[in-house]
Amino acid sequence: MSALTLISDNIFDIFIILMWSMVVFVPILVGVILAVYGDRKIWAAVQKRKGPNVVGPFGLFQVPADGLKYIFKEIIIPDGADKILFIFAPILTFSLAIAAWSVIPVQAGAVLSNINVGILYIFAISSLGVYGILIAGWSSNSKYPFFGALRSAAQMVSYEVSIGFVIVTVLMCVGSLNLTDIVLAQKKIWFVIPLFPMFVVFFISALAETNRPPFDLPEAESELVAGYQTEYSAIPFVLFFFGEYANILLMCSLTTILFLGGWLPPLDITPFNMIPGFIWFLLKLIFVFYMFAMVKAFVPRYRYDQLMRLGWKVFLPVSLAAVVLTSSILFFFNLAPDLI
Amino acid sequence: MKILNKLKAFFLTDFIGAYILAQKYFFRKKSTLNYPYEKGKLSPRFRGEHALRRYPSGEERCIGCKLCEAVCPAQAITIETEPRDDGTRRTTRYDIDMVKCIYCNLCEESCPVDAIVQGPHFEFSTETREELYYDKEKLLSNGDRWESVLSANLEQDAKYK
Repeated sequence: MSALTLISDNIFDIFIILMWSMVVFVPILVGVILAVYGDRKIWAAVQKRKGPNVVGPFGLFQVPADGLKYIFKEIIIPDGADKILFIFAPILTFSLAIAAWSVIPVQAGAVLSNINVGILYIFAISSLGVYGILIAGWSSNSKYPFFGALRSAAQMVSYEVSIGFVIVTVLMCVGSLNLTDIVLAQKKIWFVIPLFPMFVVFFISALAETNRPPFDLPEAESELVAGYQTEYSAIPFVLFFFGEYANILLMCSLTTILFLGGWLPPLDITPFNMIPGFIWFLLKLIFVFYMFAMVKAFVPRYRYDQLMRLGWKVFLPVSLAAVVLTSSILFFFNLAPDLI
Repeated sequence: MKILNKLKAFFLTDFIGAYILAQKYFFRKKSTLNYPYEKGKLSPRFRGEHALRRYPSGEERCIGCKLCEAVCPAQAITIETEPRDDGTRRTTRYDIDMVKCIYCNLCEESCPVDAIVQGPHFEFSTETREELYYDKEKLLSNGDRWESVLSANLEQDAKYK
């Protein structure tokens, strides 16, 4: 059977798959545009500036306009670059950032694929994200991108360890790897209250994992120009930028799901549970993103050794101790959940 | 003290304090000036675009003494003079290369008759370099256009001269 008949026989299924991809992609696109806008606005407000306010109503079209500008620019590929990998890296980053979203539940049942190891899937995908950056830094064949990529790889690997342990503590309280089950397990109490230190560790590690300030060493302007994106222009740059913000939103929604009760209302009483779940989810997402943006505004950038010290000598022991502590409490007080 | 510092670091007190400060500033009045729509106040001494002034009778003030040409540190001014029919000396050519000009105001300070002045206008960017080579006609028309503001500014600043 030739490829053509394979396509024509399954044209309907392919169409359905494309439609579902759009269902994920379009909200993320809108979300990323609003996130970049919100990020700039919040940052500006803290510095007593107004931020973008000229293009469109309240400057809302500034980000789409910037995106369009990049699309119409020339794609410059450096002479010394490994051309295939150079183009492949942003595509990888972009598609991984989108792929992770397919298991995020925004409401009971409203999830693209409700797989039973959702959290592992997200963890695996976000770990793969480091490859996009490494390949970009290496294939550029230039000093700054290379250093940026090395820093980024070291940083992401370090903080993934503590993120992993934080997720383990949450999983022990839930007894399932399914993201919907994790949210439903928080019906009585959001995990942010019993596991507050873990929430803080997860939040800070998420900042490091997404290369956000104060951990934006891979793209520290004063040292590395723009880190691994230095040689990128036009559409590949947009893909990197988009992937970065999609990852930030992913980490925000993961924080929401793991600690802030996902789509559950804060109190299960009449005025609160009238509001549909995805609105609660969005509100919590916006709150976490707001904190992400505020941190960018008021925390100075870490030095590289401070970053490594925090990751390996503070967060790793703390989260490891928390795993032991949580499991002992669950065991001795007989609180461990039944495995679903 | 060392333990206290460790405790402070552990409970992230510095970060909470910084967050509260940032949140306070978040709601402060913005200091942004919406530039093309709002403009800042200019001092009467502001050194903007040049202008050649006239007397109220319509006669040009410039007597062609070439002090400004001599004092100009960027050598942006070129003057040629000739005696006129009534015996007074007047300029036949008064060019300022606005690209060379460093806007130091020495020409205005050196002028004995307050002819060449720098006005409050500063938004005179052009699309070609040639448009920035001002000749006498352009400078005089600048003077006619801005005369009310120029004389008011000179009057305000006169007591400090």
